[in-house]
Amino acid sequence: MSAPFHPFALDRRYRLVRWVVLLVFAVLIVAFFRTQILGYSRYRLQSETNRLKEIILPAPRGLILDRNGKVLAENIPGYTISLLPDDTAKLRSRLLQIAPLADLDSDGIDRVLQRFLRAPYQPALVMANADPDLVAKLEERRLNIPGLFIQAEPRRFYPDSIAAAHLLGTVGEVTEDERNSPRYAGLRLGALVGKNGLERQYDDSLRGQDGQRFVEVSAVGRVVREVGAAPTLPPVAGATIRTTIDLDLQRYVSKVFPPGQRGALIAMNPNTGEVLALYSAPGYDPNDFVGGVDPDTWKKLNDNPANPFFDRAIQARYPPGSTWKLLVASIGLRRGVVTMNTRMPIPCTGGLQYGNRYFRCWEPRGHGDLTLAQAIAQSCDVYFYQLGLKLGLTSLLEDVNALGFRSRTGIDLPGEITPEFPGSTEYYDRVYGPRHWTSAVTLNLAIGQGENAQSLIDMVRLYQMLASDGKSRAPYVVHPLPTPTEDLDLSQDQINGLRKAMIGVVEQGTARAARLGDITIAGKTGTAQNPHGPNHGWFIAFAPADKPQIVVGAIVEFAREGPYVAPLVTRVIARYLGVDSTLASNATFRLPADSAPHEVRTLPPGAEPTPFDTTTKPDSGVKLDSTKHGR
Amino acid sequence: MAGRVQGLDRSLVTVTLLLCAYGLATLYSAGQTDVPTVATSIWHKQIIWLALGVGAAAFTFRLSPRMLEWATPYVYGIISFILMLTLVIGRGAGTAASEKSWIAIGGLRLGQPAELAKLAVILMLARWMADQKEPPATLRKLIVPCLILGLPFLLVVLQPDLGSAIVFIAIFFAMLAWSGTKMSLLIMLGSPAIGLILAFSTVAWGAWIVLLFGLLLLWRPYVWEGLAVMLGNIAMGVIALPFWRHLAPYQQNRLLVFLNPDVDPRATGWHVIQSKVAIGSGGLLGKGFTLGTQKRLAFLPAQHTDFIFSVVGEELGFIGVLLALVLFVWLLLTLVRIARRATDPFTSLCVLGIAGMIFTHVVENVGMTVNLLPITGIPLPFFSYGGSFLLTCFLAVGICLRVAYESRQSGYISPGQ
Repeated sequence: MSAPFHPFALDRRYRLVRWVVLLVFAVLIVAFFRTQILGYSRYRLQSETNRLKEIILPAPRGLILDRNGKVLAENIPGYTISLLPDDTAKLRSRLLQIAPLADLDSDGIDRVLQRFLRAPYQPALVMANADPDLVAKLEERRLNIPGLFIQAEPRRFYPDSIAAAHLLGTVGEVTEDERNSPRYAGLRLGALVGKNGLERQYDDSLRGQDGQRFVEVSAVGRVVREVGAAPTLPPVAGATIRTTIDLDLQRYVSKVFPPGQRGALIAMNPNTGEVLALYSAPGYDPNDFVGGVDPDTWKKLNDNPANPFFDRAIQARYPPGSTWKLLVASIGLRRGVVTMNTRMPIPCTGGLQYGNRYFRCWEPRGHGDLTLAQAIAQSCDVYFYQLGLKLGLTSLLEDVNALGFRSRTGIDLPGEITPEFPGSTEYYDRVYGPRHWTSAVTLNLAIGQGENAQSLIDMVRLYQMLASDGKSRAPYVVHPLPTPTEDLDLSQDQINGLRKAMIGVVEQGTARAARLGDITIAGKTGTAQNPHGPNHGWFIAFAPADKPQIVVGAIVEFAREGPYVAPLVTRVIARYLGVDSTLASNATFRLPADSAPHEVRTLPPGAEPTPFDTTTKPDSGVKLDSTKHGR
Repeated sequence: MAGRVQGLDRSLVTVTLLLCAYGLATLYSAGQTDVPTVATSIWHKQIIWLALGVGAAAFTFRLSPRMLEWATPYVYGIISFILMLTLVIGRGAGTAASEKSWIAIGGLRLGQPAELAKLAVILMLARWMADQKEPPATLRKLIVPCLILGLPFLLVVLQPDLGSAIVFIAIFFAMLAWSGTKMSLLIMLGSPAIGLILAFSTVAWGAWIVLLFGLLLLWRPYVWEGLAVMLGNIAMGVIALPFWRHLAPYQQNRLLVFLNPDVDPRATGWHVIQSKVAIGSGGLLGKGFTLGTQKRLAFLPAQHTDFIFSVVGEELGFIGVLLALVLFVWLLLTLVRIARRATDPFTSLCVLGIAGMIFTHVVENVGMTVNLLPITGIPLPFFSYGGSFLLTCFLAVGICLRVAYESRQSGYISPGQ
């Protein structure tokens, strides 16, 4: 080692260095061989997906038509604006860039950022419903805003806005919870689904199938090529559904429904169960919800004590009041306990002493001695107290249950509420304990009070049975449902007798002012006890009385008494039957009060149940429920 | 002068020109993106740098080896001073935006002195080693070269430019080996670095300590040397964790990403993943010159500097990669041959050091594009855009040409011929 640079010593190291160089480069070549030759197909695919971004082409939702083919819900062209950024920082800066144009505040920017974080590899939706002016402005600046997407998308439109709000429902982005349910499994984030009403019920057919398109993008998300990057899959439009609704009638209902009032109205064909109109007030404009409701509108609707989202036609329960008397009368007739001409032992003197309690009639002056027909026309409470006692609690509960007033009608709309009614006497045993209650509860049940809360649709079904052959027809909006087995089991004579009594209601009874000269209307008023304020008024009627073609039921909250509602119903009937409705519209609606005696306490103190809560609770969302009922 | 041109090493000139042409073509292609970037017209500037480089090579070619040896201490001193200056007034720029690696006057960026420092260190080490009568046999003998290396190394680490620092170490070991230093001494010298790397796994580190202990017993160095080596390794095991925490997050990420690119797929891992995708999707024949989609759509980061080799891989495929690597091997073997035939130890060591520098740059740069090595921002010779390093390479090539010329003049005939 004394001569490190002797040629022979150098030669040895020279060979070593050559080998090292060759070996290291051989390793490099092997690494490239592995990546380029063996990994080719994998990286090729990755490089394709790298540069191709999938753009969803939303399918137009199916149309919703009325029975005559008129449009209830359709699609109009709209523009959506989205951004395709690579990270939140860039997205934020681009949002700030377009904020002054698009009128975005910091809340709006945060919402877009959140939407992006949920689906980071899809374009983040900035505005679902941009007006053409804004689109034009953004198009001008497109070069300076990488990743900007402006897409023409079909947009849901409800031409009659508020008139059919509850019936049609709204559409909105699918929520995380919904995506986890089997019904919406496989839907992309941000997909539009029906949120309530028909939109929700028939979402599967209305939704259609989204298409997709690919664009070539650069790493910063700038769209480099729009077309021809990859084949496009066109969207498949949703199926059109035709409803049984009569749009003309629905519009008319929304027009004549007392403005500012809360309530609902259902019109139905008694012979088929077809729903002709279904209206709830107050309503909302479903167009506001297309493409995301703006926070102000949402706050206004949500804070409204009248709770506009609440469909009072099928989601609310009210004590049926005197409208219930027709059911008690029918049960009396089918059981042969009474005929139309039967009189009760005690004539009405303004009340009835039963046990140690006094049950009042709504008419303090008394109705005197009445037949069943007269009692229905006058809505005499004393008569029905005695009829209830004559039937007995067991029979009453049994028949009410058998006729389906403890279950839903099964109408093809989401969120129908189940009526409340005791299933049997065991209910009282369970709630109050055996021997802690008396048959006095029968008296309240006989006049539609006590442990009884029905939805409007359920009560309309009762009058549908009376308006047809006594058999129940399940109400429906789109698809007929199997015929239910419930049957009042009355002879045609008995039905005619009841109808005659109900004609009496309109001709000279509690709803006198509602009569229309040309057609005979049979109906019944009712007053729902409301512990929170003025009582709610019912009126359910059908016409023509001899061969009914339409049955209409309405409830107006805080209407004080049923008869206030009667003119509304008769006008709707007149409209449908093509009768000149000026008579009805010019009529004055000052009428005597119907049955509204205070509910008599029939149970020992302490065991007393909280009365059915019938007020709309604005803060409890959509469910009106008597959860306080001690169950 | 005409005689000197006659005496140019044809092999070296040819391979250098081929690499320059290949590099320029690739740089041109790297600028061809769908959305124009700064890289679009950068090849114009690279042509100017190439012209300057040829001038620089001509300049060093004209310097006699003795002149070079005489000037070495001054060059080393000036460069060290500039490096110190860089720490104070340095700027970040380009892919090294977070580092103080640029020297600029009045906003005009003059260059990255770290590149020139590599050449200065090579010359200085060569000068010292050539003066030794016999190769260093003990660690104590290595203190002086360690100091020669240490000053610029430390200054570069402080910038911080870890890539260049690694190149310094590689040059150092290559030149020590070439000067005849025993392998055992080199292992002892390098052992703390191995200890540092293995310290992240306690078992591996323990095994290494045991192995080292055995080796020390076998080699029987001076007792104090053996103790120093052992202590050095144990100390590395102790400071490994604090050292790791002391690294900047991007440096930590680069190492983590090397182990698993999916750790951070949208930031640091992005480079590795996109580079691999670009290279892998090139296949055997590539997507065609200027037609690489990853590059065109800007998925490929730093495609004109650190990751320029990915452009070769994507557009010209495995064949193009093979061609480039063969050219580099040709260049390196030519340089080693020149070092072998050099007329004196100083020039021989210079050329070998230059070969070591180019070797490290090529292997590290090419290796990182396929995730064979961790990412460090060092340029690919003759390919990456960047004046300082290109100039350094040309200065180096000029020196090598002169050395080859000298050995030809002295009528060198290899022992094998």
